[in-house]
Amino acid sequence: MFNGTGGAYLDFIRIRFLTMLAYRVNYYTGILIYTLNIGVYYFTWKAIYGGGGELGGFTASQMTTYLAVSWMARAFYFNNLDREISTDIRDGSIAIQFIRPYNYLMVKMMQGFGEGLFRFMLFMIPGMAIAMLFFPVKLPTAPEAWAGFLVMLFFSFLINSQLNIITGLMAFFVENNEGFMRMKRVVVDLFSGLIIPISLFPSWLGSIMEFLPFQAITYLPGSVFTGRIQGVGIWNVLGVQVLWFVLLLIPMVWLYRASRKRLFVQGG
Amino acid sequence: MSGNAIEVKDLRKTFKVQKNREGLKGAFLDLFKREYNEVAAVKDISFSIPQGEICGYIGENGAGKSTTIKMLTGILVPTSGHLTVGGYVPYEEREKFVQHIGVVFGQRSQLWWDIGVIESFQLLRKVYKVSEPDFKRRLDELVERLQLQDLLNRPVRKLSLGQRMRCELVAALLHNPSIVFLDEPTIGLDIVVKSEIREFLKDMNRDHGTTILLTTHDLQDIEALCSRVIMLDDGKIIYDGGLEELKNRWGTGREVQFQFGTPTRLEQLRSWTEALPALAWSAENELEAKVWIPLEINVSDVLGQVVSKADITDIKIIETNTDDIVRSIYQSGTAEKKPDATIREDEGVVATHV
Repeated sequence: MFNGTGGAYLDFIRIRFLTMLAYRVNYYTGILIYTLNIGVYYFTWKAIYGGGGELGGFTASQMTTYLAVSWMARAFYFNNLDREISTDIRDGSIAIQFIRPYNYLMVKMMQGFGEGLFRFMLFMIPGMAIAMLFFPVKLPTAPEAWAGFLVMLFFSFLINSQLNIITGLMAFFVENNEGFMRMKRVVVDLFSGLIIPISLFPSWLGSIMEFLPFQAITYLPGSVFTGRIQGVGIWNVLGVQVLWFVLLLIPMVWLYRASRKRLFVQGG
Repeated sequence: MSGNAIEVKDLRKTFKVQKNREGLKGAFLDLFKREYNEVAAVKDISFSIPQGEICGYIGENGAGKSTTIKMLTGILVPTSGHLTVGGYVPYEEREKFVQHIGVVFGQRSQLWWDIGVIESFQLLRKVYKVSEPDFKRRLDELVERLQLQDLLNRPVRKLSLGQRMRCELVAALLHNPSIVFLDEPTIGLDIVVKSEIREFLKDMNRDHGTTILLTTHDLQDIEALCSRVIMLDDGKIIYDGGLEELKNRWGTGREVQFQFGTPTRLEQLRSWTEALPALAWSAENELEAKVWIPLEINVSDVLGQVVSKADITDIKIIETNTDDIVRSIYQSGTAEKKPDATIREDEGVVATHV
């Protein structure tokens, strides 16, 4: 995959990182918005929990930690690859991508990762620190929870980016995939367990979720971080992520291949 | 590899274009069952371009030029037909193939907007796997030739169009491609930059033997660069051959305008050139006249007859230029020469309006 062009692919990470760094001021407001989001859900859940007890296997304190880490994980894995790809397709600049000896999807993935690195260091980490100032977030003490979480966070990024790429490539097949992109965004936020942990879904919906990739983005890593999943369980959920990563490669590559034949460069 | 850099046989590309039915009912029907129209952009064209040739590829907007270029560069997959470029079938081994070609789209930038020019070049070096010494040599050569020294550290978004286009050329040529595709490389540029770019391309073709396929709407590009033109209309090739030949075949003749010091009547002029009956004289007034001379007759013969007899104050010789030729071909949609009479009539109409 890297054979020799590897240097170039790494450069795409570096350049995107530096570009993001140049625009870092935009992300200060982002930190504020994410902290506000955590605040809204924190107080909502606090009211729901009332005195105490457990909801869907979450204690009130676990829920707070889950909320904070889920939002901050999103701060890292979120990207606009879907929009970037569909813009490339719709304005025809995809043509430029095809005259270069590299794989367009790999380049996009690398750019997404460059953005992810930036988001991790200048968005997620400071955001988490700020959230911890305001809300009673309890960090895990077990080293395997940390290690497991960080590895799973990387797979969250991969799976989310794959979904983004698939959504972006839809622009080859429909004239306007704006609707798809919006739907994807809502679906990922809701079904990944960002807004409501999946264990609180009605059982029929919860069991459907087990067969969909979204839980692997937020719910599973969040569960590891809050200590609801421990020991061997971490390997199992990591396995679920790896499985989804491999499975999602299939439609992604298939769409890409198919799109090469469908390609219609807009604007002559 | 054979002597041909580009070989195209019966190349065809059709697009499916969505049909939008009219009205609310139509829109509703469209939701459930889409209807498509098949539109052929390129219709079974064949040509081959030998190595080291500069070939102009011209045609009206929407004639299928860009579609052809996009198939030749591996961007589009043809609907049917065969093509090889530099020994490769472009769409089959795209990543390997594009290593050997350079492409400039005049209307799209291939530099990265947010980073410096030199950083873009460095990135392309890695993308094309050019070794550091080769890259340095090539870059120095190009930078000096195109005078980019001052631009290298600027971000791309701060370049003027002319500066950017010169950088685009460098970006397309850093890996020393043997075949270069230029899709309207001079669009929107001022005359100075245009001629710089033409000179540069000519030198590159001479020094490196680079094969160049060029589409343009500026026929001066063609006249300055190309020994051969392929003309496309509605997806079909309507002319393929030398530029001179095109001019000779289509150039209908020349016009000579006279101004006289003393009044000279049309009958007089006609009688002086009686030996050359193919001439067509016309007069604005007694002091001005013009004559249309078909290609078979030498202008000097006509002048010889008139100059010795009339009191001439000024002579102007007007040749049909390539623009006119191409315009009339576009309008008629065929490069087959029309009978002389119709053309002369056209010319006559134009002349009275001058």
